Amino acid sequence: MSASSLPQASSYAPAVDHLFDAMLLLCGAVAIGVFAVMFAFCIRYRRGHAADREGGNTRLGVELAWTLVPFALFLGIFGWSIGLWAKLRTPPADSVPVYIVAKQWMWRVQHPDGTREIDTLHVPLGQPVRLVMISQDVVHSFYVPAFRVKQDVLPGRYTELWFTATRAGRFPLFCSEYCGVGHPSMRGSVVAMAPADYARWLHAQSSPGLAARGAELFRRFGCSGCHDPGSGVHAPDLRGLYGAPVPLSDGSVVRADDRYLHDSIVLPRSQVAAGYAPIMPSYQGRIGEEDILALIAYVKSLEVEGGQGHAHP
Amino acid sequence: MRIPESTGSYARDNYLSQGRPGLRGWLLTHDHKRVAILYALAITGFFALGAVAAALVRLTLVQPDSQWISPETYDKSFTFHGIVMVWFFLIPSIPNTLGNFLLPLMIGARDVAFPRLNLFSWYLFMLGGLFTIATLLLGGVDTGWTFYTPFSTMFSNTHVIMAAAGVFVSGFASIVSGMNFIVTVHTMRAPGMRWFRLPLFVWAIYATSVVMMLATPVLAMTLLLIALERLAGVGIFDPALGGDPVLFQHFFWFYSHPAVYIMVLPAMGVTSELICCGVRRRVFGYRFMAWSMLGIAFIGFLVWGHHMFVAGQSMYASIAFSLLSFAVAVPSAIKVFNWLATMYKGVIDFHAPMLYALGFVGLFTLGGLTGLFLAAVALDVSLTDTYFVVAHFHYIMVGGAVMAYLGGIHFWWPKITGRLYSEPLARFAAILMFVGFNVTFFPQYVLGYLGMPRRYHDYPPPFQALNVVSSAGAAILAVAYLLPLWYLGRSLWRGASAGPNPWHATGLEWTTPSPPPHDNFPEPPVVERGPYDYRDP
Amino acid sequence: MSTPQPLAHAPQFDDPTQQRTAAVLGMWAFLVTEVLFFGVLFAGYAVCRWRFPDAFAAGSRHTDLPMGAIETGVLLASSCAAALALRDVQLGGRRAATRLLVLTAALGATFLVMHGFEYTDEYREGLVPGLRYTQDGPLAGKMEFFFYLYFAITGLHSVHVLVGVVLMLVMALRNARGRFRATYFTPVELAALYWHLVDIVWIFVFPLVYLVGRAG
Ligand code: HEA
Ligand code: HEA
Ligand code: HEC
Ligand code: CUA
Ligand SMILES: [Cu+2]
Repeated sequence: MSASSLPQASSYAPAVDHLFDAMLLLCGAVAIGVFAVMFAFCIRYRRGHAADREGGNTRLGVELAWTLVPFALFLGIFGWSIGLWAKLRTPPADSVPVYIVAKQWMWRVQHPDGTREIDTLHVPLGQPVRLVMISQDVVHSFYVPAFRVKQDVLPGRYTELWFTATRAGRFPLFCSEYCGVGHPSMRGSVVAMAPADYARWLHAQSSPGLAARGAELFRRFGCSGCHDPGSGVHAPDLRGLYGAPVPLSDGSVVRADDRYLHDSIVLPRSQVAAGYAPIMPSYQGRIGEEDILALIAYVKSLEVEGGQGHAHP
Repeated sequence: MRIPESTGSYARDNYLSQGRPGLRGWLLTHDHKRVAILYALAITGFFALGAVAAALVRLTLVQPDSQWISPETYDKSFTFHGIVMVWFFLIPSIPNTLGNFLLPLMIGARDVAFPRLNLFSWYLFMLGGLFTIATLLLGGVDTGWTFYTPFSTMFSNTHVIMAAAGVFVSGFASIVSGMNFIVTVHTMRAPGMRWFRLPLFVWAIYATSVVMMLATPVLAMTLLLIALERLAGVGIFDPALGGDPVLFQHFFWFYSHPAVYIMVLPAMGVTSELICCGVRRRVFGYRFMAWSMLGIAFIGFLVWGHHMFVAGQSMYASIAFSLLSFAVAVPSAIKVFNWLATMYKGVIDFHAPMLYALGFVGLFTLGGLTGLFLAAVALDVSLTDTYFVVAHFHYIMVGGAVMAYLGGIHFWWPKITGRLYSEPLARFAAILMFVGFNVTFFPQYVLGYLGMPRRYHDYPPPFQALNVVSSAGAAILAVAYLLPLWYLGRSLWRGASAGPNPWHATGLEWTTPSPPPHDNFPEPPVVERGPYDYRDP
Repeated sequence: MSTPQPLAHAPQFDDPTQQRTAAVLGMWAFLVTEVLFFGVLFAGYAVCRWRFPDAFAAGSRHTDLPMGAIETGVLLASSCAAALALRDVQLGGRRAATRLLVLTAALGATFLVMHGFEYTDEYREGLVPGLRYTQDGPLAGKMEFFFYLYFAITGLHSVHVLVGVVLMLVMALRNARGRFRATYFTPVELAALYWHLVDIVWIFVFPLVYLVGRAG
């Protein structure tokens, strides 16, 4: 019944709906049972109606039965839902990343090839898509009812969400965490297209790649002044940095993942690379989250030349 | 069918006539019964305020893009509605009115352990209420009742500090009352009133008090941190410096989940009393009923994370919180089944309190069962922050707790006022309320399932039909809420005198005249048997 | 009100024993809620310290250890005085108890004054988030959290000390007027319980705030 009212447009949706329907069946039965018993007793044992009223005192066995049976059922539901949940939390290896920046009150989308859109997200059918999301101000939440997925989008921290669209069409996208007066207008749509259509659409956008834009920004914001291999400033070479272990000045070692790169730009002083002075200025508030994503894409794209790994003095 | 009948005359020497007369006699009273009345008047006023806010919300939602009130006003309306209904109506409702009035009577004491503190609690409550009303007059607050950071700390331009101050101060009223009740139950029981002879209502208030005492300080501190953070412009919830906005959510829900049990446990206590009297039988599984309330109070502290399944907490945390949420539902199941079993082989009267109690059992079950949907993480991912959640909590809080509160008010009305109200009208109101309630909130389950997010004044047009139904239901509900105001008020002047025990109920409170004298009992009571000793077949 | 009868009790109670039990239980309940008040701040501290260990260690090095140590000693001594005062009242003493209560209050006041000096120093050094925070350097941002929590925790604690000082003075006054005796000493007992709580909270604050960064 539920399938008819809301489209099931992702690979995940049917599985969720099965669970939902099962719950509807179970809880519906319990609810009807409770009401039925209540009505039956009300009629049978109403004052003035002759009925057998002998006995019927507390019995331990009965109590235990209706303690343990619901508990067992609950465990069943729990197990079922956790299976689905684990699936939702582990994006497949072949998923393509798409970056989402939320701000009051719009969704900005960046595809890996640099294509940008606002309040609309185009995705190819059948391809797992992994959203990497961050907010520029308050907490928002990315919600696509037709896909049965939702994830809060936090300031200062990346969160992820993945899905595979299975049905072509345009599906509503809502912000579902209250974020101020514009909260209800923070709506958009997800457009799922056949892969060929998607390729055509992407091609029509003809934008420089995300990393290419990042390269442009890298110069514009003056990063290159310090980080270019030829510069006179003592700053780390960023080639091959992504994914490499970075020794920090406090003696610990972290892996240079998205979060680390992000924090290196907005909060450079939180983790200072070993061997360098903390002279890098903070770009907090000066670079929007979208541009940061482009910069990160650029840093990631910096290949190691001559097989030499990311070197720290 | 038997209706309440006069069992004696109106007791002239009662708590209303004894003691210091006039306004001063009320405002400086140490009598738990008068404090209860003060609380009842105050929360009725707050309920009206919250209801007007609800009416604004429902009127706006009749149209998908209503320009009737500005978006800002809408946001302030639901925020004010949530804050007032939760902290200034439902949390104090049963504990501080019926609880205050009945607890000493039910355990055979002359008063609560700390009568002055009891009055102080009311003043704190009123001071908090004053702040809240001041917030409203200054222009309101728009954070939602949940005060999520960093919106509340860094972005909202409304009177967040004032609103937080209101809740903060009224929180102390909760704490003080909770302590008072706990000490009263521990130390003031009449001779022979052993723990397992306590009426379930007393157990409920006891369990509630424990939660109030242990959870409310956490809320108070958290609100203080919000205020500090706004004042200092920096703090631990501030992501701009690398602080953690989700930490706030942990603190908030660590209080607010237990708080939902502050709201429902007393309702369960009331329901147990009403059902036992309505079916004239001893409660089925007394010990299970008592322990399950303590169980709910205890496990309730461990499940807060189920409000944060998609908030960015770790996957494993979500798994643990989901499991615990199911665990906390087990004692609730015990209660529902035991109420049903109590009806088995009873002699059932359908007087108004019994109708309310049946309404509670039914609507609590529906609300609780949908709580199970939300506790299943995979379903919550799609249902959270939609109208499904709104429907879930209104089913329990309005359908459940408010129904039980009203049922309790009807049941003990003759005791409190010494007067009988009009039964037929009361029954009609109870049934109308049940119908109006379902028309209002059932459509919201469907809306939520279809994906309508909450806190939207402007929604996609396909959702309109169900919203109109919901608003129409609210209008019915409004009538149903106004009716008791009228016939209960009228009974104060026109009602027949009730006498000590119009329901022929058991329980110490029914052994004293109505209204009870200042010292509660003409003779200090001695207890010889357990509660619910209904001899009737 | 004149001197109460030794066995007087409030009208809602049956006898003085019941009244005493109720009062003591009430105080314990109150102390439990106090623990939760501070618990939130300590939880916030734990989370932040776990996330930013270095900044917290650095922040801690800015605090005044000798001062903190003396304050700890002062508070411990005052708790001791409070305990002795209670014992004295229970044994029927009067003069010594009054003096001990005043001593407790005086030590509490000393604590407050010393802490006031610390606050002034911190203000001068620019360590007060929101008012004057002039720190610079790699850890300055996260260190602000440390000081934010430091002021929240010690500020709340100082408010408690202040209340305690007033309470102790009131008890001293009432004792001097002969209100307490070997059969009636509940208020002193409650005040002392409260004072011990204030002391115990500090026993947690001291290592967390002053010692944590100095271990290594
Ligand atoms: C009085 C108030 C109250 C009560 C008692 C409850 C009770 C429960 N609640 Fe609810 N809840 C709220 C008030 C309440 N809630 C509020 C206000 C919110 C939203 C806050 C906000 O975001 O603004 C909320 C939100 C909320 C959420 C988060 C939703 C979200 O935002 O994503 C969850 C998730 O787990 C949840 C679960 C539960 C569960 C499992 C119970 C259980 O305790 C219910 C137990 C009862 C039963 C289960 C019914 C009886 C049992 C049977 C008849 C047994 C037989 C059944 C079977 C065998 C299947 N609630
Ligand atoms: C605890 C108690 C409580 C109670 C008793 C109620 C009572 C009601 N609530 Fe409440 N509600 C909450 C607690 C409560 N609510 C909370 C905590 C929230 C979340 C807030 C947040 O998101 O921050 C909420 C949110 C909430 C929303 C969601 C708003 C949104 O997300 O945008 C809605 C929408 O319908 C609603 C409706 C109602 C209605 C119709 C009633 C009715 O029962 C009230 C009955 C009264 C009336 C119906 C009004 C009186 C009538 C008139 C003056 C006549 C004219 C009226 C009409 C023609 C409609 N409530
Ligand atoms: C004034 C010089 C300067 C400028 C301008 C500058 N940086 Fe840096 N950057 C440094 C120094 C020095 C370090 C090493 C110390 C540290 O980790 O803070 C560094 C570290 C980094 C790191 C971490 C590298 C590692 O090995 O751990 C990244 C990533 C980075 N910078 C990116 C950028 C980007 C992107 C910009 C421009 C938006 C930029 N930097 C601008 C000087 C600079
Ligand atoms: Cu963004 Cu709501
Ligand atoms: Cu909850």
